[in-house]
Amino acid sequence: MGELAGDKHVKYILSVEKKKDNLLGKLDTVDSDEVVSWILQCQHESGGFGGNIGHDPHLLYTLSAVQVLALFDKLDVLDINKVTNYIRALQNEDGSFSGHIWGEVDTRFSYCAICCLAILKRLDSINVEKAVRYIVSCKTLDGGFGCTPGAESHAGQIFCCVGALAITGSLHHIDKDLLGWWLCERQVKSGGLNGRPEKLSDVCYSWWVLSSLIMIDRVHWIDKEKLIKFILDCQDTENGGISDRPDDAVDIFHTYFGVAGLSLLEYPGLKATDPAYALPVDVVNRIFFGRCST
Amino acid sequence: MASSSSSSSEGEGRRAWVPLASRPEFAGVTPLPQDDGPSPVVAIAYRDDFRETMDYFRSLYSSRELSPRSLLLTSLAISVNPANYTVWHFRRQVLEALGADLTEELEFTEGVAKRNAKNYQLWHHRRWVAEKLGPDAASRELEFTRKIFCLDAKNYHAWSHRQWVLQALGGWEDELDYCAQLLKEDVFNHSAWNQRYFVITKSPSLGGLNAMRDSEVDYAIEAIHANPENESPWRYLRGLYNDENEAWLNDSRVHSACLHVLKAKRNFKFALSTLLDLLGLGFKPNQEIKDAITSLRTSDSGEAGSDSDLANSVCSILGREDPMRANYWTWRSSKLPQAAEV
Repeated sequence: MGELAGDKHVKYILSVEKKKDNLLGKLDTVDSDEVVSWILQCQHESGGFGGNIGHDPHLLYTLSAVQVLALFDKLDVLDINKVTNYIRALQNEDGSFSGHIWGEVDTRFSYCAICCLAILKRLDSINVEKAVRYIVSCKTLDGGFGCTPGAESHAGQIFCCVGALAITGSLHHIDKDLLGWWLCERQVKSGGLNGRPEKLSDVCYSWWVLSSLIMIDRVHWIDKEKLIKFILDCQDTENGGISDRPDDAVDIFHTYFGVAGLSLLEYPGLKATDPAYALPVDVVNRIFFGRCST
Repeated sequence: MASSSSSSSEGEGRRAWVPLASRPEFAGVTPLPQDDGPSPVVAIAYRDDFRETMDYFRSLYSSRELSPRSLLLTSLAISVNPANYTVWHFRRQVLEALGADLTEELEFTEGVAKRNAKNYQLWHHRRWVAEKLGPDAASRELEFTRKIFCLDAKNYHAWSHRQWVLQALGGWEDELDYCAQLLKEDVFNHSAWNQRYFVITKSPSLGGLNAMRDSEVDYAIEAIHANPENESPWRYLRGLYNDENEAWLNDSRVHSACLHVLKAKRNFKFALSTLLDLLGLGFKPNQEIKDAITSLRTSDSGEAGSDSDLANSVCSILGREDPMRANYWTWRSSKLPQAAEV
């Protein structure tokens, strides 16, 4: 089987000037002060972050901002109360979370809120019990989770729900055997993973499915070697970058998930990744066991 | 003057770009450039039409102008970046301020959907419009999602929207038939199976899961016979019984269906794993089932005498048939209850 063309991917990532390249151990190729300063410019007076300067705040980008700051060990630039207040205001009566003040509800946002507050050590600012209850109400007939109650199981939503339950210490709500089986059934002949039955495999599911399996301690139920081969086959070894499936065009999204998936599979030379926080393990350790934040 | 109809914004990307600076409707607007700071970290090379559109949007947005030309501008901004949620939100403010005809707005969203039916902001906006229009909008919403499903019968956003429509606005009457139609077109459509489950459990007019279980078991088994390799009807069948293990064990149609598949000796993975589930719950197979399993074994080592030997046989057959998940089937055999001494 081929190898991970790590240096080519770093070059590709820098060519689109993206920040999430820490797993390749090359974070120092990016100027952290510039990134932090730009991120803070994306913060709204409400405390939330938008996707770019002048964009309205949204839970998705608030999580991304906090994760990037955590990567650079710059969480202390934040007014934690402000960010916390923005997030807790987005929790609804039924425990769900809206993505922004105009109300879109989705279990993705439950994950964003819970993951973000956990990194900031302010999980107690929301009603965790209700949040968990809402997530559990999104459980499907095959043991997975959808975006809202009644919605179909989808590996991306499953990652969000399992991640949120993991972070809140609520994994006992999951039938791990049933869900584990559903997840390992995502592996198709090519060795890649799909996100739902009878759909095409896609490198990004190397993250969503794999991290979920790891969190419920069932990752040995897939064929790891075949998945590694699939991800490596999705590389552009000439110009760098990883695509959704072999021979398609590369993009930064699939480059991230391909590398993160390989990290979860313990591919040599990559940092270990925390499956719930989607951050390198050393960063998570630093957050929870390193020096205290003010 | 400016309309929210889809045709102007939809055509923009294809016709030659007419700079906003030379359009009379935008006279007097001072474009506001994006401020990336002195040394931008992510300096994106914007196309001219994108940059100009967003410079004008920024101007009207910051001055909070809620006018027909603002509505037109949001159409243009959406056509160059349909994921910009700030633009969508501003559009809603403009629509409200203008008291705009929201049925025209439905047409606008249909135009956006034609270009990208997987955009979150589009669906959120559509829901907002439908909510404002109320229960009268139900049939149009169901028709809209139906059109999307003609192009992509598994569009997750559309299914989510359809479920919301049914619960918030109604229209359940034909839903079970619609699921049947979709499954007739593609019996492997897991979204349609999921929707079917949604209907039988939540429809106010069907009586709930218990009332529907019997006929749905027959429906699932018919699909299993046609395509035993189809994961969905097996999961659906199991879901019909939920936590009711006794009823699941005692419904002879279930193990008969498994036997039927095993006898054909093809595509028997899910049949075997279902039997494994049943054995694990204490199911006592008849001789016919035992023989069918035995005939699938490739080695003669050990007799399939006791049920635990039988279950172990099933696991090793599955490990052979589905080597990608060999670890899973090995684990299944490790979880089997110990057989009582014969």
